[in-house]
Amino acid sequence: MSSDQPILALRGVSKRYGGVRALEDVDFESRRGSIHAVLGENGAGKSTLIKIASGVVQPDEGSMTLDGAPVRFASPSAANAAGVVCIFQELSLMPDLSVADNISAAHPPRRFGLIDQRVQRRRAEELLARIGCEDVNPLMRVRDLPLSRRQMVEIAKALGKAPKVLILDEATSALTHADVETIYRVLEELKASGLSILYISHRMHEIEALCDRLSVFRNGRHISTFDKGAHNPEQIVEMMIGREIAAQYPQKVLRPRPPAYLSIKGLAWENRLKGIDLSVGKGEIVGLGGLDGQGQKELLLALFGVLAGTSGDISLDGKKVSIPSPTAAKAADKRIALIPEDRKTEGLMLPMSIGDNLVAASLSRISNGLFLDAGKERAAIEAGIQRLQIKIGAASDAVSTLSGGNQQKVVIAKWLMTEPEVILLNDPTRGIDVGTKQEIYKLLRDLAAQGAAVLFYSTDYDELIGCCDRVAVMYDGKIQRELEGEAINEKNIISASLNIAAPASEAA
Amino acid sequence: MPSDLSLRIRQNAPFIGAIALFAVFYVFYNMFHPKGFSTQVLVQNSNEVFSLALVAMAQTVPVLMGGLDLSVGAVMTMVNCLASNLVSGTPLQIVFGIVVSLLAGTAFGFLNGVIVVYGRIQSIIATLATGAIAIGIALLLREKPGGDVDADLNWALTNSVVDFCETYGLFEDGKAAWLQPVAWIPVPLILLVLIALLVWVPFRRTVTGRTIYAIGSSEGAAYMSGLPIARAKIAAFTLSGFFAGCAGLFLAIQTSSGNADIPQAGAYTLNSIAAVVIGGTSLLGGVGTAIGSIFGAMILRVISFNFRIFEIDPLLQPLFEGVILLGAVCIGALGILRIKNRLELFR
Repeated sequence: MSSDQPILALRGVSKRYGGVRALEDVDFESRRGSIHAVLGENGAGKSTLIKIASGVVQPDEGSMTLDGAPVRFASPSAANAAGVVCIFQELSLMPDLSVADNISAAHPPRRFGLIDQRVQRRRAEELLARIGCEDVNPLMRVRDLPLSRRQMVEIAKALGKAPKVLILDEATSALTHADVETIYRVLEELKASGLSILYISHRMHEIEALCDRLSVFRNGRHISTFDKGAHNPEQIVEMMIGREIAAQYPQKVLRPRPPAYLSIKGLAWENRLKGIDLSVGKGEIVGLGGLDGQGQKELLLALFGVLAGTSGDISLDGKKVSIPSPTAAKAADKRIALIPEDRKTEGLMLPMSIGDNLVAASLSRISNGLFLDAGKERAAIEAGIQRLQIKIGAASDAVSTLSGGNQQKVVIAKWLMTEPEVILLNDPTRGIDVGTKQEIYKLLRDLAAQGAAVLFYSTDYDELIGCCDRVAVMYDGKIQRELEGEAINEKNIISASLNIAAPASEAA
Repeated sequence: MPSDLSLRIRQNAPFIGAIALFAVFYVFYNMFHPKGFSTQVLVQNSNEVFSLALVAMAQTVPVLMGGLDLSVGAVMTMVNCLASNLVSGTPLQIVFGIVVSLLAGTAFGFLNGVIVVYGRIQSIIATLATGAIAIGIALLLREKPGGDVDADLNWALTNSVVDFCETYGLFEDGKAAWLQPVAWIPVPLILLVLIALLVWVPFRRTVTGRTIYAIGSSEGAAYMSGLPIARAKIAAFTLSGFFAGCAGLFLAIQTSSGNADIPQAGAYTLNSIAAVVIGGTSLLGGVGTAIGSIFGAMILRVISFNFRIFEIDPLLQPLFEGVILLGAVCIGALGILRIKNRLELFR
């Protein structure tokens, strides 16, 4: 069988989530004995592609063939049985089960119908040894392993399924340098033995070292597939850019950079934040960029007092502060607000009413001593709804009855009631309509003009470019590059996100 | 790399702690009992502990999945009433009665599982309702306490091995020389060990058994690993029903009667939850074992034995039981101190 023959092929595959097209008419194939990189920005459709290939979601349209035969995977286990195995980030490990139990979860070795612990253990040891993890005792519970070891267990588990097509989704991002080297070696061996490997990574260097073919995705479409070396990194970045601008942004005010109000020095936490230095002035909107999962969320959570065991200094207006909890973060001496990432679990109490949600963060402001003052509460709710022009039936309706955009407005209004001086936003426009997005941009600009310091993480580069006075691009727990003024453009953001040198013309 | 032994000790610390606690309490009790360390005391204690131990095992299985079964006490009561109608007459009729009683408990558990899985109802609510149904059936089967259970069986199963052999004329009426080293062991204790070894231990090593732990640990990951989730959930409740059925059957044999006693059913259910927690099983699921719950049940019982010895006001017993339960739960919650992202506390 020739190595050029496709093993997994997708034809005309489309997938929609609600009204959003995640994949549109995609043709894609992967070959035997090849390591194939899949590249694209956040939301380009990479993860939908691998979810379809590995049976997590089903395509709306199109067909898939494996070894020339049409297939349709109803579940991840069906895909595994056919030989398509995906290594997700820690998703398939059961923390309370032992390493050996996890590795053999789906098809444990059995004797007289019962799981054979001894064989299972030997199997785990062999697989772990293959990826250089002899230091992991298969009896250990996954919960007790550090993150990097868990990821290695996840890889061992996938290898144990004897895949024909192995998909790695950012599988190395949590690993130590030595482990990454071992994984490269194992992947090369697997490639030599005829496996087809799909490699999703945001690390250009990794891709250059490892892959022999590359595919670029953008906006749910497959843009191009080519052999390594056919294009240089700059051209690849060009391919990844190039969208129509979806929203209008308020005019930025050009003025000298204000003095730092919030300043962060050497902030570190576990292995996710590795010494962050950043400052935000009053009246300034600072964007956090970079690919998903580089520590942006952790930075915002650390500033809001959610993470325990952080090191480094945070100061407000020159005074060092400690923020042990969200309650402390919103207290009168700090006035920090966080618009969280997931409004359904962290932002709102869905079954409670719109009004209850609006006043949830500022109950002390509407109470007289022990009791809530109904009059003040009504007035506060009224003001919040007015200010953000939230479209509602009645304030007593459950907040879950609102549209996504209006729900997000409720979250924002809730925090504005605390009159924050530092506003942290974690991807606030994800999954909401363009109109509401524009209102939020304008609101951010207004808040900054009124003197708030705004730190804004977004996975959408357009937003960062359109909204922010400065953009700090994060990579691997650190600020990779800070862009200001004209330097805030897509090319610079993407280069910094991928940790490749900025194009020569702009670097100076 | 940590050694196997240290891992096994660390991972089973709550279980080992429960055994140690029980040992201390029980030795203490026997030291102060006028007839301490005698077969007579051991037989009496074994009879008192058997049904609660089985109900605690029944509770363990759904709890390991992160659920809760509020019907275990009621199923026990239902089977108790059923057995009080059936387990008598000719040997064949007795065997038939035993089989039907156990099947009834098992079938009821299966029904619980089907309702939870296909009705997509939380187990705590589903079993609250089915528990009431089980009590209803129990009342239909036995309006007033009473019934007729084979007297030989009652005697044989609630005494020591030698009495069992004597009743049924086995091994020279239990006087065979080789039997003597074990002749003193209470039959209920042997039954308990047999059920644990022949049902629970093998079950834990099936794919279905492991899936129960996987569901309690992370249902999403269990799904992504291709484990049979629906089957495991139904199996968990079915096994739970079987254990509760064993408890009900023994209760009928022990008391020679059936009693649709509603407060008793409720007390058994609540005590089973306490026993599960004391035995080292996490209410969040994923961690623990039914063997631990047996020791949990024994700890609860031995506390009341001690109260009897020291003639302390029975009114104080719930108070002390509560304090001990609270202590056990607090030790189990120490792991929370290690969590670095506080948001994870709420997930």
